[in-house]
Amino acid sequence: MALLQIAEPQQALPKKPQRRAVGIDLGTTNSLVATVRNGIPVVLADEQGRPLLPSIVRYGESVEVGYDAQAAQSHDPHNTIVSVKRLMGRGLADLSDARRFPYRFIEAPGLVQIQTRTGIRTPVEVSSEILKALRLRAETSLGGELAGAVVTVPAYFDDAQRQATKDAARLAGLKVLRLLNEPTAAAIAYGLDNGSEGVYAVYDLGGGTFDLSILRLSRGVFEVLATAGDTALGGDDFDHRVYCWILEVSSIGPLSAGDTRLLMMKAREAKENLTLHASAPIVATLSSGETLSLTLTVDTFASITQTLVGKTLGPVRKALRDARLDPSQIKGVVMVGGATRMPQIQKAVAEFFGQPPLNNLNPDQVVALGAAIQANVLAGNRAEGEDWLLLDVIPLSLGLETMGGLTEKIILRNATIPIARRQEFTTFRDGQTAMAIHVVQGERERVADCRSLARFELRGIPPMTAGAARIQVTFQVDADGLLCVSAREQTKGVETSIEVKPSYGLSDTEIARMLQESYAHAADDMNARALAEAQVDAERIATATAGALQTDGGLLLAPERDAIEHALAEVRRLISGEDRRALQAAVDALNRVTEPFAARRMDRGVARALTGRRVDALN
Amino acid sequence: MGVTLTETAARHIAVNLNKRGRGIGLRLGVRTSGCSGLAYKLEYADDVRPEDHRFESHGITVVVDPKSLPYLEGTELDFAREGLNEGFKFNNPNVKDACGCGESFNV
Repeated sequence: MALLQIAEPQQALPKKPQRRAVGIDLGTTNSLVATVRNGIPVVLADEQGRPLLPSIVRYGESVEVGYDAQAAQSHDPHNTIVSVKRLMGRGLADLSDARRFPYRFIEAPGLVQIQTRTGIRTPVEVSSEILKALRLRAETSLGGELAGAVVTVPAYFDDAQRQATKDAARLAGLKVLRLLNEPTAAAIAYGLDNGSEGVYAVYDLGGGTFDLSILRLSRGVFEVLATAGDTALGGDDFDHRVYCWILEVSSIGPLSAGDTRLLMMKAREAKENLTLHASAPIVATLSSGETLSLTLTVDTFASITQTLVGKTLGPVRKALRDARLDPSQIKGVVMVGGATRMPQIQKAVAEFFGQPPLNNLNPDQVVALGAAIQANVLAGNRAEGEDWLLLDVIPLSLGLETMGGLTEKIILRNATIPIARRQEFTTFRDGQTAMAIHVVQGERERVADCRSLARFELRGIPPMTAGAARIQVTFQVDADGLLCVSAREQTKGVETSIEVKPSYGLSDTEIARMLQESYAHAADDMNARALAEAQVDAERIATATAGALQTDGGLLLAPERDAIEHALAEVRRLISGEDRRALQAAVDALNRVTEPFAARRMDRGVARALTGRRVDALN
Repeated sequence: MGVTLTETAARHIAVNLNKRGRGIGLRLGVRTSGCSGLAYKLEYADDVRPEDHRFESHGITVVVDPKSLPYLEGTELDFAREGLNEGFKFNNPNVKDACGCGESFNV
């Protein structure tokens, strides 16, 4: 017997290559791209190891995206586009705060456009530059083209805003697997989908938008119960409040666009400093040569932004009211967005819900991580040991009926979909021109114990000897769980196919029952398979022997013929019985007594073929 | 009765598992192989599934899925050297006949 080596699990079956899929958080202030590596979601950093990509695009000599564009924003504000997400799918009339942007806007029908040095740009084009940068980063880091991406959007985005986001992704050369709501992505990142069921709140204070979503998790599926928020409230507004405070306390006059940007940047730095420190210095030199030197304390910061913090609680109350819940019914609160690092926010949320919020994942990354997990699933990659993926696997093996009422499994249970498997079959009888294909589902060995899904016939097989025809049967299950079975005869190319929905009318308990039965009857099934195989074998030999007796019976002496007929009768007698061993013994006996007969037939065949030929003509 | 390992086999498995760095033991099974009966499955096991049967032999955990067990009942896994080749060998009392190369068998 052959010597075997230990294989890696699942390598016995051909393994599907991992498809590279990413999750993208296209944010107002910063964007990120993440993927799932070895089952763990990770954010992909740039060459300098920076995970964030500032959502800033500068149209200069060339198009700059990210930190390079950010560095240029104070000296080239008109051509450096920030917070473009706020402009997505918007007309100028929709923008109540258009004056806060230092751009030259151009009104187009239903769509705002921006005049830049290199021409008129739409928000979709600007966003696509950000997405393109992320796509390149992912391709460099993963070493190849992407199969697709999940891009997140605020739960609040309307159809126009979602469409604009999709268009931007397409323009950037990305295949959008799905747009995913940011709160759902965050909940997935925290693994809430694997955990206990219940109602969760997602508090997402990003750079430019605030979203509060109430999600209910049941059986691994999130249902959005209510959303509320403010599409023009975010970390930027806290910067703006600090900026206003700087102007107030230093009483400086009208500022150039460059000075405005400089002070906004200083304001943000101060805000970020206050997450870890009790006070932050603000030092800046204006274009007039004037120097500012101020100190912002946590208390001052809290008091000047108190109304903003309060403003976030309005939508929280509204969402709870819409969902007919009170804060005590919320099982957990997920914090999303860099702005939730601010201590006064953490405190306000904890007080409101009466529990500390979930904040142990990086709030900047949590949405991208969740999107990556979703993208990985949608791309058809198997993540090991994650229950919720059972939604996307085949619950029971799919196969077809072969001779003797046995099942041949083509797609095994727990295979992830989409999947396609192909196997070759052949004919059982000489001159067989049609083949019945019976598609079954289940783990049992006998067709009678499995669930019948469909039957169809392949006709037009050219007449050949048994076993010569090659019929390729393909089982294909698409992402929606639809099974398509096709059979194709290889020489003439005749083909026929059928579609079925295997899960139709099958409940979880039935699936469990079918699995249990297959375990309980494993030994019976083994015997049943062995018996059926022996019967098929016996039938084949009996038919061949009977045929040979008819054509070449003259080669036998009477006692030999009697012995063969006796052995054949014995096989025929046992063939419909249950005694496999006896049947196998009878078949062996028949084989033995027909051996001289077979030899004589062979000799005669050779003699016939050679008669009247010259030796040198035989090559 | 279950499934057992020879001491030599257990020693080689321990070495292999150690080299691989992870895995709780060995998974044995059978699968139908096309037209001619069954073939053995010999893999590292990374987990024990709820339905699995679990055996311990010379300190090695061996898991077998319930559908394969009737075909493997009483099997002893050996490690053998044949000429230049060495590897694992199934001594399976259920086997009635095997194909020439020994990769597939009938019960």
